[in-house]
Amino acid sequence: MQIPIEYYLILSAFMFSVGIVGVLTRRNAIVVFMSVELMLNSANLTLITFSSYLGDATGQLFVFFVMAVAAAEAAVGLAIIIAIFRNKLTVNIDEINILKW
Amino acid sequence: MTLEIALFIIFAIVCVVSSVLMITRPNPVISALFLVLNFAGLAGLYLTLNAQFIAVAQVIVYAGAIMVFFLFVIMLLNPEKEKKFFKQKPKLKIFIVVIVALVLLQIVYMIFLSKPLNAINPEVARSVDAGTVETIGREMFTKYILPFEAAGYLLLAATIGALVLAKKKFE
Repeated sequence: MQIPIEYYLILSAFMFSVGIVGVLTRRNAIVVFMSVELMLNSANLTLITFSSYLGDATGQLFVFFVMAVAAAEAAVGLAIIIAIFRNKLTVNIDEINILKW
Repeated sequence: MTLEIALFIIFAIVCVVSSVLMITRPNPVISALFLVLNFAGLAGLYLTLNAQFIAVAQVIVYAGAIMVFFLFVIMLLNPEKEKKFFKQKPKLKIFIVVIVALVLLQIVYMIFLSKPLNAINPEVARSVDAGTVETIGREMFTKYILPFEAAGYLLLAATIGALVLAKKKFE
């Protein structure tokens, strides 16, 4: 516990920002999805940091549930990507604009 | 410099470098492998925070199950490579990076200025106790039993949903 809590929080903020840049700049739907996973993990790091520094297990339980939701989200999301690929033969999100007004 | 600080620096560098490389590589398979490295570094950071159970779960669930799933789908669909990061629409991408960097700067400013963080005085014994499988299991099966059951139903629903979505045709 010699490391100041700020270091962990800044690392987490940096990883979240990298995730945002990935979501906004990449055009491959699967890579966009992986950037979302990165953002989820940086939020997990913040939760674990506070849980550990406060000596309370609630944050770690929350991380456990976030992992369960992330697994469910990955399964459904990748199934959607497979379904889109079957119809349009591409995963480039610039070409999947059927819901664009 | 103690071992704790050295480990933190090593794992933090692994996390930062692999996350940046992940979003800049044109090949999605290499991106996925860097994300696995990032998750492994995060598991190490969880260990420095005395969260043993979550560190193991991170390796098994994220680096193991979810990333294998991602790699499987990438290799199944075999999507074409993108161009190099700054080759396509460079102005827009630089704009995005600058905006996000400004937001990050604001967050860092807030973290260093916020007073409540100074009120936290960590106790090593309690923090070690909070991270064990025993504590988390007891909490999960007593206080948080309802969310735990709900997570089970969520995973069942996601499995059925994924099957229905990825099925070839509706009969």
